[in-house]
Amino acid sequence: MTTATTTPDATDVSSGSVLLTLMKLRTFIALFAVIAFFSIFAPNFLSTANIILMSKHVALNAFLAMGMTFVIITGGIDLSVGSIVGLCGMVAGGLILNGIDLQFGFTVYFNIVEVCLITLAVGVAIGAINGLLITKLNVAPFIATLGTLYVARGFALLSSDGQTFPNLVGKPELATTGFAFLGSGRVLGLPVSIWILIVVALAAAYVAKYTPIGRHIFAVGGNERAARMSGIRVDRVKMFVYMFSGFCAAIVGLVISSELMASHPATGNSFELNAIAAAVLGGTSMSGGRGTIGGTIIGAFVIGILSDGLVMMGISSFWQMVIKGIVIIVAVVVDQAQRRLQQQVTLMQLAKKG
Amino acid sequence: MHPIEDETCVLRLEDVTKVYSGIVAVRHANLALRRGAVNVLVGENGAGKSTLMRIIAGVEKPSLGRILIDGREVEFLSPADAQRHGIGMVFQELNLFGNLSVAENIFATREIMRGVRGIDHRAQVEKANHFLDKLDAGINAETLVEDLPIGQQQLVEIAKAISLDTRILILDEPTSALSAAEVDVLFKVIGELKAQGVAIVYISHRLEELMRIGDYITVLRDGQITGHAMVRDIDTKWIVRSMIGSDAKDFAKSIDHRLGEEMFRVEDICLPRKTGGLAVDHVSISVRAGEVLGIYGLMGAGRSEFFECVMGQHAHSTGSIRVGGVEVADRDTSRRIREGLALIPEDRQREGLVQALSIASNLTLASLDRFVRFGFHIAGEREQSAIQSAIRDLSIKAPNPDFEVTSMSGGNQQKVVIGKALMTEPKVLLMDEPSRGIDVGAKADVFRTMRRLAGEGLAILFSTSDLEEVMALSDRIAVMSNGRLVSVIDRKDATEEMIVKASAEGHKTTRELAQ
Repeated sequence: MTTATTTPDATDVSSGSVLLTLMKLRTFIALFAVIAFFSIFAPNFLSTANIILMSKHVALNAFLAMGMTFVIITGGIDLSVGSIVGLCGMVAGGLILNGIDLQFGFTVYFNIVEVCLITLAVGVAIGAINGLLITKLNVAPFIATLGTLYVARGFALLSSDGQTFPNLVGKPELATTGFAFLGSGRVLGLPVSIWILIVVALAAAYVAKYTPIGRHIFAVGGNERAARMSGIRVDRVKMFVYMFSGFCAAIVGLVISSELMASHPATGNSFELNAIAAAVLGGTSMSGGRGTIGGTIIGAFVIGILSDGLVMMGISSFWQMVIKGIVIIVAVVVDQAQRRLQQQVTLMQLAKKG
Repeated sequence: MHPIEDETCVLRLEDVTKVYSGIVAVRHANLALRRGAVNVLVGENGAGKSTLMRIIAGVEKPSLGRILIDGREVEFLSPADAQRHGIGMVFQELNLFGNLSVAENIFATREIMRGVRGIDHRAQVEKANHFLDKLDAGINAETLVEDLPIGQQQLVEIAKAISLDTRILILDEPTSALSAAEVDVLFKVIGELKAQGVAIVYISHRLEELMRIGDYITVLRDGQITGHAMVRDIDTKWIVRSMIGSDAKDFAKSIDHRLGEEMFRVEDICLPRKTGGLAVDHVSISVRAGEVLGIYGLMGAGRSEFFECVMGQHAHSTGSIRVGGVEVADRDTSRRIREGLALIPEDRQREGLVQALSIASNLTLASLDRFVRFGFHIAGEREQSAIQSAIRDLSIKAPNPDFEVTSMSGGNQQKVVIGKALMTEPKVLLMDEPSRGIDVGAKADVFRTMRRLAGEGLAILFSTSDLEEVMALSDRIAVMSNGRLVSVIDRKDATEEMIVKASAEGHKTTRELAQ
């Protein structure tokens, strides 16, 4: 009986309110709007070279924003991702350039794959520290990750005394060459970082939709008490999202140092804000429980295209900040309006059915 | 049914109806409040007492009907409006700011100002202390509210209401958190206010209290007023009769089936209270497979806390739990669910549902492991078929399982919570007030489900503060009072009066101890 009534209802919803559908697609519309705008007003905007360059910029923010999306869905926030980017870049650079000095005349060098794995592990470990602070020591996520923001940045600066690790080409005899592949290599015409983004994004979207941990992430953010009562291991879920966020940040650290072939300890400063902006623009609710990976990726593209396009049009970076801020605020206002409208439409349909 | 017309009547409700989405909370109620008297309101949980009072206090607007003060029609747009008309209310759930001092709470929104020099804290404290002294509260007005035990917080609420110079003072279960000595002080204050001509509305479940303090009594059942009388003309039997009514609700008749082996046994479950004492006091009980045990008790009797202890929600609870003869050693909820325990929590919105998720996701939330393939992949078709069969079995009226769970009525939401618990395939089902806040039809469905599950061999424990319910549904009846399990009676031997008397047992002891 229920299956029979499902189909007509579903069509009712879509035809019932054009406005609602438009609002649901707002991130897409925004994306097309910025693309259309800049293809008219910015010269060379649609050239292949520019598109690939832009997507490389966007990819960096998109990685962080994906990690951030999971964190925000659980009702938390991760301010430390920018610092993790910086620290992980320094870890990778330091390992390639100097290895680990064991203090008694020996220095251990790792090959390039090991370096990458160690760097990723460092990112995950910092995420785990965030998670432990939040779950076991009951520190508010904002404060816990603010603390690790400073600590990680401090260690990044300490690792080189504030200097840059330059020229990370590596030595063939130590098998540390080939780091450049991550940042400037191409596979089938696309940059490697884009391929990694596609893989991680598909994996994250899969986790969100088709795995128990994904469902649990939404449940924890939607109603933590009910989640606990339903037997969900809330602490474990939180550990996972912060570790995933750290993992994403480590990827960004690797990609940036590979692109520049150098690691600078100040890399990634204030990246966390862009990541939060992308997630929110993509429809992630700051109060938890709502959000999608797809939306976040589109959000990251809107922000990335907006800033690159404005640069190409020669608009001052001060104005860029104003415009970016306004876009974010409008996005959230529309989000709220959509939710209200959605409720009204649902109620009306219930009333119609009696 | 016409309200009594005389000059002592200060506030009158005429034909008031209040409808929430999906449920009629109050139905054509006529109520008169008299000045200089204690107007008592009784009824079971969900009978509509609190809704009625929230209408008078301006928190809710009636869907239909009129409010008259001194014969003139008024409309309250907000609680502040009602306050201007001299109506003060002490809510059942305290509405205090824990992070502010007692004086600041009492004068919240009407701070005593010294012109541009800001709040006159000294004057506020002085005045607050004056009100508190009237109550013999022994509270310093400068302490933070969160540092006070719950009983004293209640007194602060009362002091706040008195300080408003109210003509009508509504007290919604004011004694539920008070000690015997504090209750006596409260009654003294009520006496004084009465002498000053204040109309007092007093809501309570404790019949002896009502008989002691009330002047007029009004009984509510299922949102309707079923009795109105002078307290001196009636006795507790009359109250119980009006509360329960003669027309029996639609209870599923017990299906005859053989009870199985002992399925559930707890011994010496204890839970310390934050403010000292025990919220759950050495509770031991055993339930057999296929048996329905009803736990009756007043609010704060420790029923919910007992269930939460069983589910492993309180890390510092003690005692042993056995399911099917096997000791449950794990302390965390998810392992206990796997051992065959399941809880349907009392507060559906806060503890039962994830509002942001769909009906389908809520149903399978606790049992996702059942649908997993390769250790991580949720098999869609398996999940879908389980959802469909749950919707069918529990007759959930879900237009589309992918809609948000909040798009349904309370009764259907409750069925989703029950479905979620059943999907974990429990051996023992704990139901905390399963019929709270749902309409009659959904109640009948829930009761039928309980009977069916018992027939299938589940051990069911349910708590309720509805006498009729506990009598109709249980095989055995346990009564809890003040954290203790006072008595366990076989359904055949139980009478309503026995149960009511037992439910006050725990409080009586404290009173005797206090004296």
